[in-house]
Amino acid sequence: MKLRFAALATAAVMAAGPAMADLVVPNLSYRTGPYAANGNQYADGFNDYFTLLNERDGGIGGQKIQVPECETAYNTEKGVECYESTKGNGALVYNPLSTGITYQLIPKVTADGIPMYTPGYGRTSAKDGAVFPWVFNAPANYWDGASVSVKYLLDQNNGSLEGKKIALIYHNSAFGKEPIRTLQELGKKHGFTLTELPVEPPGQEQKSQWLQIRRDKPDYVLMWGWGVMNQAAIQEAANIRFPMENFIGVWWSGGEVDVLPAGAGANGYKSLTFNGVGQDYPYYEQLKQYVIDPGKASQGGPSIGSAVYSRGMYAALVIAEAIRKAQELAGTSEITPAQLRDGFEALNITEERMAELGLPNFGQPIVLSCANHGGEGQGRVQQWNAETKTWSLVSEFATPDAEVLEPLIQADAQAFAAENSITPATCN
Amino acid sequence: MEQLLYVSEIVVNGLMTGVMYALVALGFVLIYKASGVFNYAQGVMALFAAMTLVGIQQGQVPFAHLINALTGMHVSNFGWNVPAVLAIALTAGVMVLLAIAIQKLVLQHLVGQEPIILFMATLGLAYFLEGLGDVMWGADVKTLDVGLPQGISDAAEALTARLTGYGFFIDRLDIWAAIIATALVAALVAFSQYTKQGRAMRAVADDHQAALSVGISLKFVWIMVWSIAGFVALVAGIMWGTKSGVQFSLSLIALKALPVLMLGGFTSIPGAIVGGLIIGVGEKLFEYFVGPMIGGATETWFAYVLALGFLVFRPQGLFGERIIERV
Repeated sequence: MKLRFAALATAAVMAAGPAMADLVVPNLSYRTGPYAANGNQYADGFNDYFTLLNERDGGIGGQKIQVPECETAYNTEKGVECYESTKGNGALVYNPLSTGITYQLIPKVTADGIPMYTPGYGRTSAKDGAVFPWVFNAPANYWDGASVSVKYLLDQNNGSLEGKKIALIYHNSAFGKEPIRTLQELGKKHGFTLTELPVEPPGQEQKSQWLQIRRDKPDYVLMWGWGVMNQAAIQEAANIRFPMENFIGVWWSGGEVDVLPAGAGANGYKSLTFNGVGQDYPYYEQLKQYVIDPGKASQGGPSIGSAVYSRGMYAALVIAEAIRKAQELAGTSEITPAQLRDGFEALNITEERMAELGLPNFGQPIVLSCANHGGEGQGRVQQWNAETKTWSLVSEFATPDAEVLEPLIQADAQAFAAENSITPATCN
Repeated sequence: MEQLLYVSEIVVNGLMTGVMYALVALGFVLIYKASGVFNYAQGVMALFAAMTLVGIQQGQVPFAHLINALTGMHVSNFGWNVPAVLAIALTAGVMVLLAIAIQKLVLQHLVGQEPIILFMATLGLAYFLEGLGDVMWGADVKTLDVGLPQGISDAAEALTARLTGYGFFIDRLDIWAAIIATALVAALVAFSQYTKQGRAMRAVADDHQAALSVGISLKFVWIMVWSIAGFVALVAGIMWGTKSGVQFSLSLIALKALPVLMLGGFTSIPGAIVGGLIIGVGEKLFEYFVGPMIGGATETWFAYVLALGFLVFRPQGLFGERIIERV
């Protein structure tokens, strides 16, 4: 009887866990809580990309990809619990989609030797691979976003922001505070004044901030928001009749869910992006054939092609390409987290490769190295059309201001290294 | 002078925001008055009501995700749109059914229990409703449109500009919220003071067992009160949902109602309104005068500090009943 029970238990454990040779990419998602609307879309895009690879190609290099989900509810403590509970299952890489969780996991992944990929979020100075050898944040980080916003505004103002007033309305959290330092430096360089307006999360009530904006009449408003803060801010901006074309959100404030509740009032609102949106890519024909039609789309595919879905898909694409590169470098398809880190550092996703993957002109080329874990950091601006309910790209990819950003990144990375007694790696 | 006008604008908007907080607080007061229970699930009830309203209005198939996952079908919509008034009436009906279910499945088994036991039951109810709402209607952000106007009131702006030289911002939705809240409070006060059912409600609040002994049907009173609280939750859900979409965060507005209740008193309907107004104005003025000196984003915590300050001097709140018990 005891033997039968042991055999059954072993069989159950084997069925529940990934097969030994599978590539394990945990999905630390949030499908519940205040940020579920965004978390759902991102997690679906992430899952669907790997499902396509499994269904169409049999995985990567002949190895199936397992994507076990763990619910974080965008809660830092739960995120850390998810990390601890999944890392023992052969996890190759983490993408927690939360700056708060990222900050907590940086020392953990460094100690455990597991790469963490934080595209468009997390700690900006993790771009410095010498100090953060296990963290990657390409294709862009928050400081890139701040700089690209200012570059866009410079373009709109014949190259000068002298005397202009810019207000930053931000989520009062690690995420929302990230661009402040950069914007302050850019303000000094370009002569604009910056007003900082924190909003306490989740951000449903913002009347004080928008009354101040109405009173101060800034030329532009930038937003670092997430979840309900975005919807409330866009509605309040419409309420005070702030010109929407002068209101620009970071990429996490640029989803369909952010603008739809404000209806026609959101027309003309802009946001940054580092990836294309919509289903007008050959990739989606493959997705339809192998994933959607056979009924294998994550959650039934309610948000396929949306801005946040596309970003989740893009994150999965970069991870998959890093795995491919790692397999190539290691000469084996059964790679370890350390080998995946090497794969990330040798990553070179060209436009040709993106076209092969069915996503031409979707994102910028990504070339990483031992020293540069963040890529070029390019971004562009998209604008919402409330009538057609679509985003359209209104600028080309712009490169951030390295003259301002590099010293800031170096200073922050060195400070982190000093605080944590880290000897920066030597990158040749 | 300019400064004074700005402050006046902030005070007016603080009052309007306070009304929105009070709408949520009212639901708590009703249930507390009737059963002595602090209903932790009131915020989630507002979310659930608003989700149900959007679902009915847009002809969404409830439990569509679950049905699709279990059967492999692809159902999502019935293909019809229900007019706003009818959808509100149907949602109110759903809230009555929910009240009956709560009475039968939860409260009936807890008659005579300590208030803390009933409070814990509402805690569980909150988590259950959170999950039920998501499973029934999905976790995406839903646009709620029942025809309420939004955006700056041109009339108020023009009037204040003519009177003071500075046009005030007043949101039309807030004006509607103030009108609806006033009507709701008047109706609730009249109900609890002047009707047989209202007096029964107050008797039940004082002592379950004693109320039962004089022939008051506890079952009826609880269903009635939870139904009314469900309706108040629906009104709050409509107002907040219209403002920023119907989504999980709507349930968190309950946290804004707590300091309102501490200040106004847990048993007073007018107290909820006055408490809401004081919190609304207080937090806005504090943010304006002190916020810039200490980094801003003070509104969430300041409301609690203000409420705690009041508690020191009036533990029962401004309008709450002073409870004297024999030891």
